[in-house]
Amino acid sequence: MNAPVHYDAALEEAKLNAASLPLSEIDVSDPKLYQNDVYYPYFERLRREDPVHYREDGMYGSFWSVTKFKDIMAVETHPEIYSSEAKLGGISITDRPMRYRRSSFISMDPPRHDEQRKVVSPIVAPANLNNMSDIIRQRVCRVLDNLPRNETFDWVKLVSIELTTLMLTTLFDFPEDRRHKLTYWSDVATQDVNAGGVVDSEEKRLEILREALAEFTALWHERAAKPPGFDLISMLAHGEATKNLVNDPQEFLGNLTLLIVGGNDTTRNSMSGGLWALCKNPDEWDKLRANPALVTSMVPEIIRWQSPIVHMRRTAVADAELGGKQIKQGNKVVMWYISGNRDEDTIDRPNDFIIDRARPRHHLSFGFGVHRCVGNRLAEMQLITLWEEIVKRFPKIELMEEPERIYSNFIHGISRMMVRIPA
Amino acid sequence: MPKITFIEHDGTPHTVEIAVGKSVMQAAVENNVPGIDADCGGECACATCHVYVDAAWIEKTGLPAPGSQEASMLSFAAVTQPDSRLSCQIPVTEALDGLVVRMPEGQH
Repeated sequence: MNAPVHYDAALEEAKLNAASLPLSEIDVSDPKLYQNDVYYPYFERLRREDPVHYREDGMYGSFWSVTKFKDIMAVETHPEIYSSEAKLGGISITDRPMRYRRSSFISMDPPRHDEQRKVVSPIVAPANLNNMSDIIRQRVCRVLDNLPRNETFDWVKLVSIELTTLMLTTLFDFPEDRRHKLTYWSDVATQDVNAGGVVDSEEKRLEILREALAEFTALWHERAAKPPGFDLISMLAHGEATKNLVNDPQEFLGNLTLLIVGGNDTTRNSMSGGLWALCKNPDEWDKLRANPALVTSMVPEIIRWQSPIVHMRRTAVADAELGGKQIKQGNKVVMWYISGNRDEDTIDRPNDFIIDRARPRHHLSFGFGVHRCVGNRLAEMQLITLWEEIVKRFPKIELMEEPERIYSNFIHGISRMMVRIPA
Repeated sequence: MPKITFIEHDGTPHTVEIAVGKSVMQAAVENNVPGIDADCGGECACATCHVYVDAAWIEKTGLPAPGSQEASMLSFAAVTQPDSRLSCQIPVTEALDGLVVRMPEGQH
């Protein structure tokens, strides 16, 4: 179905703006650009005219925008210059007050990052993915079989949130009947304080996340007292590099929110964004119906297309040259994955959704280098299973209205997407 | 052109030819050998072209230098062994004609 008129008007306005603003006034950190889905023209201009772009005193302070695939790769592979350290600002463009900067292995540099990451990474290693595949498929089948037919419903709520939250209960061995808490904490952890949601200040965020900390601290002590098990809390409690983490509540909370958000928000939005992409590209859906084996190349394409993480931030700890620009020590450097994934110099026909690309995994959505997404193959497996089972069941799913998106320059999120499955 | 044999985790062998100067990873990707994902495209920025080098060849391919980017990325791969390499970091030479590498259970 076509986009509503107000979207077309908003996109036209964005195109005009993006073309006419002086470069120095372009601010791609404005969360409204993502909420309204009109960020494309700004990045198209930056990639063309000023691919490593400095914005002074933007909505989120002064920062470099890195917009091209190869320059993002250069930042990713030089953690000794571009630091993820929480105290310097961590991995998000938002500079939180110092007392709210929680450390976790994503916001650490080597070697501490490496030690903590290695404790949890076996849970998503190939052998364990095989162990989890049956339960993932059973849940997908159950959720899909229970969907209403011939009736409009919210795909985000009944499918994307439900499946990813159930996955989290397995990863944490968390009580399934309390799973909505995990979704809630995940949303609280990432919500922009200006989004108009429950988190209107960093203090409020911390207040809610303290509930998560209390629950997980209790789980930790339970599991630390038992022999090592194969869930994330048990692994952390028994891991050499992390066994005292519970005594550092800030860092424990930092790692919890990392694992909750990392295992949840991203896959959730690819589950929604994938359906949206197929509804917008009916020819590709025909291709998939004709050859369901294309699911394996479609899934990485969905992840590129959606770019569930809009950006990752680094802070320069030395002077460096990047794309011909001089980056100074202390500068904030933002890698816009959502732009690099549409870079015409690296990806053929980048604005097209093509489910049978030759090298579909060559995208930035998981990041690269030492911080590359630890759960990337689990995410792919969940999405592949979902689409295999959809293709078996539903020849068609109709998009009833344009999706609602969240106010965020960090999570590329879809909060509501009304669809209908013809009976 | 040098020949390289990739042995999948289940034992299936694939022998392919590749021009000198390309990488062992490219030998797999350009010949559609399954089991080498090479997500980053040869930048040494992921660990999805991980292979085990056959004992007879390890002297010729060498091992990653301690502290190198390859060693760092490999340290995040799932099941590493002393003979683990990222195949994008092994340039093909005449001396590697006949090279045999084995693949892990999965790339990650």
